Amino acid sequence: MHATPTIERILRGTAIALVCLFFMFPIAWIMLMSIQTNETILRVPPSVVFAPTFENYQALITGKLETAAGTLEINFMRNLWNSLLLSTSSVALGLVLGVPAAYAFARLKFRGSEDIAFTLLSFRFAPPLLVLLPLTIYFQQLGLANTYGGLIWVYQLIVLPLILWIVRGYFEDIPADIEYAYRIAGHGFWATFRRIALPLAGPGIAAAGLLAFIFAWNNFVFALVLASADKQPVTVGALAFVTASGIQYGQVAAGIVLSIAPTFALALYAQRYLVEGLSLGAVKG
Amino acid sequence: MSEAMLRLDAVDKFYGPIDEGVHAVRAVSMTVEKGEIIALLGSSGCGKTSTLRMVAGFEAVSRGRIHLAGREVQSLAPVRRNVAMAFEGYSLYPTVSVRDNIAFALKAARLAEAEVARRVGAVAEMLEITDILDRFPHSISGGQQQRASLARALIRKADLHLLDEPMGQLEPQLRTLLRGRIKHFIKERGLTAILVTHDQTEANALADRIAVMEGGVLQQYASPAEIKERPANLFTGTFVGEPPMNVFPASVAEAGGRLHIDLQGGLDLVYDLADFAAPVRERMLAARDVVIGVRPHAVRRAATGAPATVVANQWLGDQSHIAARFAGGAIVLVEHDRAALAEGAPITVAIRPEDLHLFDAATGQAISHGQALAG
Repeated sequence: MHATPTIERILRGTAIALVCLFFMFPIAWIMLMSIQTNETILRVPPSVVFAPTFENYQALITGKLETAAGTLEINFMRNLWNSLLLSTSSVALGLVLGVPAAYAFARLKFRGSEDIAFTLLSFRFAPPLLVLLPLTIYFQQLGLANTYGGLIWVYQLIVLPLILWIVRGYFEDIPADIEYAYRIAGHGFWATFRRIALPLAGPGIAAAGLLAFIFAWNNFVFALVLASADKQPVTVGALAFVTASGIQYGQVAAGIVLSIAPTFALALYAQRYLVEGLSLGAVKG
Repeated sequence: MSEAMLRLDAVDKFYGPIDEGVHAVRAVSMTVEKGEIIALLGSSGCGKTSTLRMVAGFEAVSRGRIHLAGREVQSLAPVRRNVAMAFEGYSLYPTVSVRDNIAFALKAARLAEAEVARRVGAVAEMLEITDILDRFPHSISGGQQQRASLARALIRKADLHLLDEPMGQLEPQLRTLLRGRIKHFIKERGLTAILVTHDQTEANALADRIAVMEGGVLQQYASPAEIKERPANLFTGTFVGEPPMNVFPASVAEAGGRLHIDLQGGLDLVYDLADFAAPVRERMLAARDVVIGVRPHAVRRAATGAPATVVANQWLGDQSHIAARFAGGAIVLVEHDRAALAEGAPITVAIRPEDLHLFDAATGQAISHGQALAG
């Protein structure tokens, strides 16, 4: 009688362990790498016994990379700051533009609404490289190349469709009658949007914002082409570690740890928020 | 006479393009006087909720006009119409407590705190939700949410109160209790209310007048008693009343100084010419092909009459429902005592001329009710 549950428990435990190992191992390995020197990293066979060092982090934070060929100036902290600035501003702008638009697509039926929504989604279909070349030319002519404003604008290609489609779904899930009830009690359209629709779609807006932030953060190709060194985010900045005297694995690892830290923390925090938002939704009959 | 509180003039509702989309409400005209309680009664999809939502302003009126409290409102935003509504899906604000949900409109109107508390207390007590006032909508049952939603609508001072299936989720005892209280509450304050329901008991108990709808068409708009006694057409006749009216196709003829109503299966109901007033008789004979209707309560077992064979005999604790094969169909009788009738037992049934409803077979319109002409 009790044998089956025990076996089941063991099997389930093993499966979960395997999954965790699969997903967590790279992160753990990167963290270990980030506190080693290039020599210990490249040891054969690899070993987990080593003297930890923080010189990789030190090099990143001070901006001086010691290599066999001499000292190299890198600007990793600047890249990190650029990532933060670009992602945050893009998501903020995306929310300001996308949330009211999502509401309109969810609630108002107007001519061509589906077509417009689909067009916006289709921005995600085309590979970014396809639009990059014409964009580069336009941006140079408009003076937008290598500006934060220009990058934030281009980032809307990533952020806006995502926000629009996720938030639209959340708005559609709110029973229209809740808004009607508010409106019939003497409130206008805007008050209803602000006081009822926005709070009820809150978890969805947060989730969309988070996802958009991660996508924006991870973007590589737009910034690579459209921005020069001082405007580039970490994804592009990490290329600096591929130096003439070899790849600086330790610094690359430390750079990765630093660059995934914000999104990692955000995801951990919002994961709880997401679950809460989905289970405590407005739609309990 | 003063201006009616609500007047609908030939209101149409199309979902989709006008004249092409789904025609949900067809040229409905009706008036509601101040202080009246009206029930919109019909089965699902009959257009009653669409009508209500057009009055509230959530659905655009495709054609026609709506006057409310002397103003033409069909193009006004809901907020400007001064109506209160209890929603079928409750639609409570999930982020605030039941108490705040109910008090919402009063607070928005900047009523004094003490007055708000007093009125919320009164309406909560009336609807038996005093103990859940501080809970949140997601933590209470459907029936409680429904009462909270009803309270939120009833507490307001509006020109018109719209109640969409306000008691559908309540258990029967509570429903019976609250019906009386709600009616008293509405009448005491002189409110005007439109109630949408598919429950004819509720419509009968609450409403001063009932608007029976089917297929988007207003079939009859009259008092509960009038609808029961003088149904305007076959639909109303068979829709309202429990168990439903017995109906049989028939043809009417005069022979040998008597009036013959020939039913299917060779059955012939014979009446004296004097049983019907002359105008009624003329109309009956002129129509020839008719449908006769008789309420189950009015069918009697008698020593002489038409033969029928019992197929089911059910004692419901306070009345018997007897179903019998009759005239190629089935007839249902209601008796107040337990009847000792086994399946297959032969009985003879009699239908008094005054209990006979006649409808035109082609149009379904009522011809006569007993001695009186219809219409």
